[in-house]
Amino acid sequence: MAKRIASISGHECVACGCCVKVCPRNAITIRKGIHAVVDSSKCTGCGSCVRECPASVIALSESGVGL
Amino acid sequence: MKNKWYDYLWIASALYLSLGFFNILFAWLGLICFATPLLISVITGSKAYCNKYCGRGQLFDLLGKKLKLSRNKSIPQWIRSKWFRYGFLTFFMLMFMLMIFNSVLVFKDVKSLSQAVTLLWTFRIPWHWAHKITEVPAWVSQFAFGFYSVMLTSTILGIITMLLYKPRSWCVYCPMGTMTQLICKVRAGAEK
Repeated sequence: MAKRIASISGHECVACGCCVKVCPRNAITIRKGIHAVVDSSKCTGCGSCVRECPASVIALSESGVGL
Repeated sequence: MKNKWYDYLWIASALYLSLGFFNILFAWLGLICFATPLLISVITGSKAYCNKYCGRGQLFDLLGKKLKLSRNKSIPQWIRSKWFRYGFLTFFMLMFMLMIFNSVLVFKDVKSLSQAVTLLWTFRIPWHWAHKITEVPAWVSQFAFGFYSVMLTSTILGIITMLLYKPRSWCVYCPMGTMTQLICKVRAGAEK
């Protein structure tokens, strides 16, 4: 089974940075103040950011595709 | 994770809201919350203010998570839609300009000072007790009452959505957040 990691709907992201704060692996950054980006090599798919995101635009999916 | 100095900026936000109950002139300090995020986004092209320094966001986080006041539900899709976010920003800017216009009218002696705070752009609450220093020009006080109205109104909206949805739901439609993201987008586009 493919690894499930966080994937962010970039065009809906408000770049607030709530996900960055809760990520235990520091796998998320806000790119150029526009949207959050997940480092797929660091993400373990714990789902902390999914629960945190105030816009609810993060989901866990296989290898970060989808949404 | 060890807390950084800026993780305590919620104290400044809470203090700011309280001070307005004692002396309305403290409302002027709120301009810092307007100028700083704009300057950061224009100069560095980042949303570091939202991401790190926003005391209001931290306050909502505290109320929602630590005090468990939030239902932690997903925000309705229409609130996070582009038209609502940009629409709310436009509305907010118009109300802000109206507030400045009001201060100008007081400056020009067309209108007299209104010692009230208007909540949710509708409800006028008498606030004369906080008008302690009367030596300053009337427009300075008028701007303070108007600005404090803006800050208190947005806090109330933020608290309502904090209770109903996720703690920092305000961030989704925060006019400053939308504006700084827009500035970052324009900057990134110009760099290409």
